[in-house]
Amino acid sequence: MNMATVVNPVTERENYLNQEYGVRSWLLTTDHKRIALLYLASITFFFFVGGLFALLIRLELLTPAGDLVQADTYNKLFTMHGQIMVFFFLVPSIPAVLGNFLVPLMIGARDLAFPRINLLSWYLYIIAGILMMHAVLTGGVDTGWTFYTPFSTAFSNTKVIEAGLAIFVVGFSSILTGLNFVVTIHRMRAPGMTWWRLPLFIWSMYATSIIFLLGTPVLAITLTLVIFERAFHLGIFDPTRGGDPLLFQHLFWFYSHPAVYIMILPSMGIISEIVPCFSRKRIFGYSFVAMASIGIAVLGFLVWAHHMFVAGMSIYAALIFSFLSYLVAVPSAIKVFNWTATLYKGSITFSTPLLYAFGFIGLFTMGGLTGLFLAALGVDVHVTDTYFVIAHFHYIMVGGAVMGYLGGMHFWWPKISGRMYPESLGRLAALIVFIGFNLTFFPQFILGYLGMPRRYWQYPPEFQVLNVLSTAGSTILAVGYLLPMAYFLWSMRYGKHAEPNPWGAAGLEWMTPSPPPTFNFEETPLVTWEAYDYGNIDLPKEVPVER
Amino acid sequence: MSEHVVSTKLYYAIWIALLVLTGVTAGVAFIDLGPFNTIVALTIATLKAVLVLLFFMHLKYTSEKMTSVVVISALFWLLILLALSLADYTTRPLGVN
Repeated sequence: MNMATVVNPVTERENYLNQEYGVRSWLLTTDHKRIALLYLASITFFFFVGGLFALLIRLELLTPAGDLVQADTYNKLFTMHGQIMVFFFLVPSIPAVLGNFLVPLMIGARDLAFPRINLLSWYLYIIAGILMMHAVLTGGVDTGWTFYTPFSTAFSNTKVIEAGLAIFVVGFSSILTGLNFVVTIHRMRAPGMTWWRLPLFIWSMYATSIIFLLGTPVLAITLTLVIFERAFHLGIFDPTRGGDPLLFQHLFWFYSHPAVYIMILPSMGIISEIVPCFSRKRIFGYSFVAMASIGIAVLGFLVWAHHMFVAGMSIYAALIFSFLSYLVAVPSAIKVFNWTATLYKGSITFSTPLLYAFGFIGLFTMGGLTGLFLAALGVDVHVTDTYFVIAHFHYIMVGGAVMGYLGGMHFWWPKISGRMYPESLGRLAALIVFIGFNLTFFPQFILGYLGMPRRYWQYPPEFQVLNVLSTAGSTILAVGYLLPMAYFLWSMRYGKHAEPNPWGAAGLEWMTPSPPPTFNFEETPLVTWEAYDYGNIDLPKEVPVER
Repeated sequence: MSEHVVSTKLYYAIWIALLVLTGVTAGVAFIDLGPFNTIVALTIATLKAVLVLLFFMHLKYTSEKMTSVVVISALFWLLILLALSLADYTTRPLGVN
């Protein structure tokens, strides 16, 4: 790959951002890069709404007494925090923003296979978002994000149907994104871009899309059944009418456990891009990392009932699910070991994206290993529905998925915006996020192990010290999240102009100007090299990070 | 691709067949067939799904290998859902289910 052939950016060069102006040019765009930015604005909005609920939860838990909000309000806060963060931020975050932006660029295509369906998926997201916000503002929901029956179908007096509909609609937004990615990756790869030359981010997007397509319809069906049972009193889940409440949990977790992998697989893809770039080495065991993504996507569908061990299911089935749950650890461990093997004897640059990747590797490993505690039947009985579970899945979803998302946003921000973010502030923010995150969630492991249950707005006084630490950590974490938002916005006007390939990274997206032209490449690239060919790529003369 | 090889007549015929089958499902619900209640309902539902797949989703008219991969994996995933759920329902102690 000869980097000298890349044209230097000219300030006024035509690109996807300045080709057209006006609201109409954005709202009716079919350019995958502009749709990615529409998603970026939308999911950021919901991230801050969900974050606000989180801060209110932590403020309530600052003191043992239920003094800030009433019990009912607290139930609504944790429900809407979960629903908004899971369905309106985490699930769409990396696929709809970075995936949308990068999938065509990375495989050398002009756009996704179905550009108008791509725009439709954003409109579905917005319709769902309006429904959800309406539910939030006109009384809220209190079922927990899991909509468990019979509470959701027979007892709750809140906006269950409206929130259920919102999540039903947003699910179709995911399905369309997944469909678009699968077809694009199959059909639109540039000449020479074989399957085994695909960047690992593409492999992880492919695995995620499989889950979108095969899992999300089950969630849609399940929520429809809840809505029908609530509205028309059918007997699907209600035992007095011949239904079974555990059937809901089976159906719900058939989607919602794989949904965890929808959140973490894209982040793993980002880490697989960042680690080779900043250690200047080809990734260790490319095909194993690629197949581990597919392995996680498939195995992820076989473990769902580990959420139901104490719910009254058959103990024999519980044994099967416990065993299968351990299996998911294998491909996850393959990835972690291969990233560390890539770093070994690498020429490492401690840039902001790599700091987030380090954070991801450590925190994901902790989250994953505590997942094994929960997969073990005996331990699970002790810690079910305690703060141990809360800490575990936040280590995966916040420590893993959000860390990866932020790392990816920093890594590709020069490509997206054509500007550099301030590197030292970036590193400071990564540090603040790491410290704030651990201070928030590590005490929750201890609280849970000591027996503090989840979903209560009061707790015994002996738990207060750890809860104060956790609340303090959440305010630090909030600063860590606001900082990147502030300097990303700042850099759009004042940041240094970005070169086409500021990191000296491998991949087709770095061989087109920053920001890219509307149709991505001046001419269709011809790929004659393997992915992560770092042996043959020189660092750019002006490195934005001191080594 | 096979977008326009199917006549609209056939589409209407399938549509009417689906409506009739829906009527049959509703009608059968008024007759008590004992253990066959669920079996009959599920058989009709499966038949309807097959009609939609074959004609409305054009599976009958495509020879793409990729399409078969998609259909087979969708069915396989349904099998996972049913088999592992039944692992619970068939082994619960008596009196609990």
